[in-house]
Amino acid sequence: MDIDKRTQQLAARLTYIRDIFGPRENSSVSLLKHRLEEFLTNASGYGMRELQLQVSRLEELFSLLEGKLESELCPMDRVRIVRHPQRISLKDILENVYDNYAEIGGQDEWSIDPGIIIARATIARRMGKKTVHQPVMVIGQEKGHGQEFRNGGSIKPWGNANALYYMRVAEVENIPIHTYVFTPGAYPVEDYPGAAQQIAKNLYVMAGLKVPVIAVFSEGGSGGAEAIALADKRLMLSHGYYSVISPEGAAAIEGGLKDKATPELIERCAERLKITAQDNLRLGFIDRIIQEPPLGARPEHYEFFRQLRREVIRATDEVVHSAQSLGPLRALAIRRQKRSADPQDIFVRWQLRQSARNTLVELRYTRFRAMSRTAFIDNRTLGIRLATGLARGLWRVHSLLRHDVLARYKRRTLSLLEQLEAELRALGQGVGGHFSWLGMGRTGVPPEALERLTTLSCPEEGACRIEDVWGYVSPKSKEDRTLTCPNTASHGCQDLWAPDLFGEFAGVCSHCGHHFPMEFQWYLYNVFDFAQAYEFNSALESANPLNYEGFGLKLDEAKRATGLGSSCITFETRLEGIATVVAMLVSPFRGGTVGAAEGEKLIRAAERARIKRMPFFMYSHGTAGIRIQEGTCGVIQMPRVTMAVRRYIDAGGLYLVLYDTNSYAGPVASFLGCSPYQFAVRSSNIGFAGPGVIRETTGVDVPPKYHRAFSALSRGHIQGIWDRRDLKKNLHQALLTMGGRNLYYR
Amino acid sequence: MLNVKELLEELKASPYEEIEVRTPHTGIVQFVGLNTGDRVLGPTGKWNEKPGTLLANLTREKNKKPICATQKGVVTDIASDFEGKFVEAGERLITIRHFLSKEEVIARILKKALHLFCAPERAKYYFVPEIDAKIKAGGEQSVKPREGMEMFIVSRMKRETPLAYSGPEGIIYAVYFQQGDNVDGGQPLIGVCQESQLSLIQDVVSRVQGEWEEQD
Repeated sequence: MDIDKRTQQLAARLTYIRDIFGPRENSSVSLLKHRLEEFLTNASGYGMRELQLQVSRLEELFSLLEGKLESELCPMDRVRIVRHPQRISLKDILENVYDNYAEIGGQDEWSIDPGIIIARATIARRMGKKTVHQPVMVIGQEKGHGQEFRNGGSIKPWGNANALYYMRVAEVENIPIHTYVFTPGAYPVEDYPGAAQQIAKNLYVMAGLKVPVIAVFSEGGSGGAEAIALADKRLMLSHGYYSVISPEGAAAIEGGLKDKATPELIERCAERLKITAQDNLRLGFIDRIIQEPPLGARPEHYEFFRQLRREVIRATDEVVHSAQSLGPLRALAIRRQKRSADPQDIFVRWQLRQSARNTLVELRYTRFRAMSRTAFIDNRTLGIRLATGLARGLWRVHSLLRHDVLARYKRRTLSLLEQLEAELRALGQGVGGHFSWLGMGRTGVPPEALERLTTLSCPEEGACRIEDVWGYVSPKSKEDRTLTCPNTASHGCQDLWAPDLFGEFAGVCSHCGHHFPMEFQWYLYNVFDFAQAYEFNSALESANPLNYEGFGLKLDEAKRATGLGSSCITFETRLEGIATVVAMLVSPFRGGTVGAAEGEKLIRAAERARIKRMPFFMYSHGTAGIRIQEGTCGVIQMPRVTMAVRRYIDAGGLYLVLYDTNSYAGPVASFLGCSPYQFAVRSSNIGFAGPGVIRETTGVDVPPKYHRAFSALSRGHIQGIWDRRDLKKNLHQALLTMGGRNLYYR
Repeated sequence: MLNVKELLEELKASPYEEIEVRTPHTGIVQFVGLNTGDRVLGPTGKWNEKPGTLLANLTREKNKKPICATQKGVVTDIASDFEGKFVEAGERLITIRHFLSKEEVIARILKKALHLFCAPERAKYYFVPEIDAKIKAGGEQSVKPREGMEMFIVSRMKRETPLAYSGPEGIIYAVYFQQGDNVDGGQPLIGVCQESQLSLIQDVVSRVQGEWEEQD
């Protein structure tokens, strides 16, 4: 009986090994297969003692060769490990790492999204003879060992919304959050609240969560992972992967979206994307690696769970310790403690004091701000850097004095004067005509104002039609040809002559209002008055931080073709007299994708707006998402920039976003989507994944107008749709109405 | 009186429809290499979002526009003399023979044989309780609509008004709406036929269902 069981276990181990190594030929795998088959053929002829001996030898051989195979694992093998049904799942972790737990986000298939598990768990810690049960909120994706209803840990928007709700609960209860990332990526549907919009909300809230957050990565698939992984400590399982896109997705893009990628190309992409735990540790996106048993942890590896428990306790202790100092003896003990030691020996209470909670958020921002600083090219000279630093310091002092110190007194004085004036006016009106000599009575509307309000602004010019209104005219208008509006079949639009369409009409169909795409220069000069603007950080340029094969050339080509160093332009300008910081993502530069340089420029723009107390406006001329060739250096920009934006908004800034043409994926699911005020230019598309990717991942065809701005408006993602010709006016209006009392800054 | 049998014979004699593809405006025509006898497809996809087979391109003012098939069928004639030439609007470029499907044949027969009583506006429609009870008890054919007969309740924004039938007297052949669902204005509510023709229509429809041979 015992022999049968052990033989079955060996057969299962062999099946697992063959699953991991795929169709690849491997001498160790062949040897194991041969030896096991040989044993099974001859087993009937062995006596009991011989059987025991043979099985023991086989087990030793398996252990030996598993160790050897471990060193031969390639990145794609690691992807197969984390996707294997026998891979440890969140339920296993809840059972083995925590002392007690209760699921609160639904149970099995009776959940709003069975792919995500939310649980209140406890970890018991000793202090002398006393046992203290420390509560934590555990949130993570559950792949469920082949349970179909878990959807492979691909979380729908409402699943992420549920996770967010319980993060807020944890914040109220002042307990730490442990998140476990087991997702190949988010489920890309735009049903309310929308995949991108919800991830953006999650990131925005997590950026300011005032409780310790510890994330453990097993399978970190891009935006789906980021939705719960913005953490103070990021641990990673040694056989996990953390990537901007699945290797299959990267290969599909590399090989052209039409064809299915070959396994060789997928392997190559997995290699180039630098997705393993070691790569991510080297790049600085995770803090520690938790070593797994050879060929990955499975539910029977109990020693691994004990180690995982030690690591999450240690990580939580460290985060708490960094935010609120412990006693000097415990601080010293923690510093000196070895990795293998049990962190339970030193007791740390995980509830944070009020002051420590703010420190924690500040530390989190500092941590993420320091990431990917070397993943772009900084062409600034030392002198410019010093001058920039000095200017920033001076502006800080200026803002502190003007807006924090003097403004406070100014506000008080103005408030007093206002009270006084109101009193005097009441005296003039309510108390009767006795004090009319004061001149405080009702004066009526002055005649000039009346005329201004009731007559046309330019009556002698007829209907106020202004020709040649655009300072910058698209070069497309120089072509002598006509164009057909895409709505011709449904709206009966006539053909449009290019000089009219791209000149006076500003690329708008005069019949149905369809907006043809326009160059980013059109917006720069006609909306943002770029000729008078001050561009900053133009010396920060995109690089190839992972040395992705062939990408350097493509990048140089993009720089040469557009004359830009990255897909992001940041500048200060005046919109109808209001000084504003503008960041623009331009589509012609690598599809407007966001990498480390763009992220850094956006963060610096947000910081500049914060220091100089200006409104911050982000215009997406078009973005295809995060630049996949930069791997995690790209995806980390999602939390980084969102945190900078959150910091800006918390400081009282007004952050506006405007989408144009096509905006998809990471940026929409983070720093663009988190704005409280988002608008779109007509005929633009907004979404998490394009129709091709949705079909590929979900198997569902999406209707032709699925990503249109009007759909985004219907589900509440954006707040309005603007005509291109009215952009400047609408922007000014937005600054006036959303900017509040002090015009643009609370 | 409508001769349904004759109509069916007529359709059987020529079980197709000739679609003439004409130029929407002036321009230079370029055919794409189709020949007589080639099969073409109409718009496809779940939402008919993929255009039909490309038949020709028409270029005016350097604006090249595709002309695509609107129905599936077989190309029977191509005006090849126009190749590379400037043509006026409304010129016939290609003729497609579109073979009628069962549904199209039945729709044609019913269109001629039935009087369709349509919804006057977008609203929810219900039968008045007496008619509803009658239909539930004895089927649709148990109701005999006549001019001025109060048959429906129009419910819009929770306000209910009666609607009287207008049209020739007969019996209900088919009901085209679900009670409680919104029906757009102009959509048929019921189809009414003469009582004497009921069995004939039913017979012809079942024969079409069973015998009509669809050609690709």
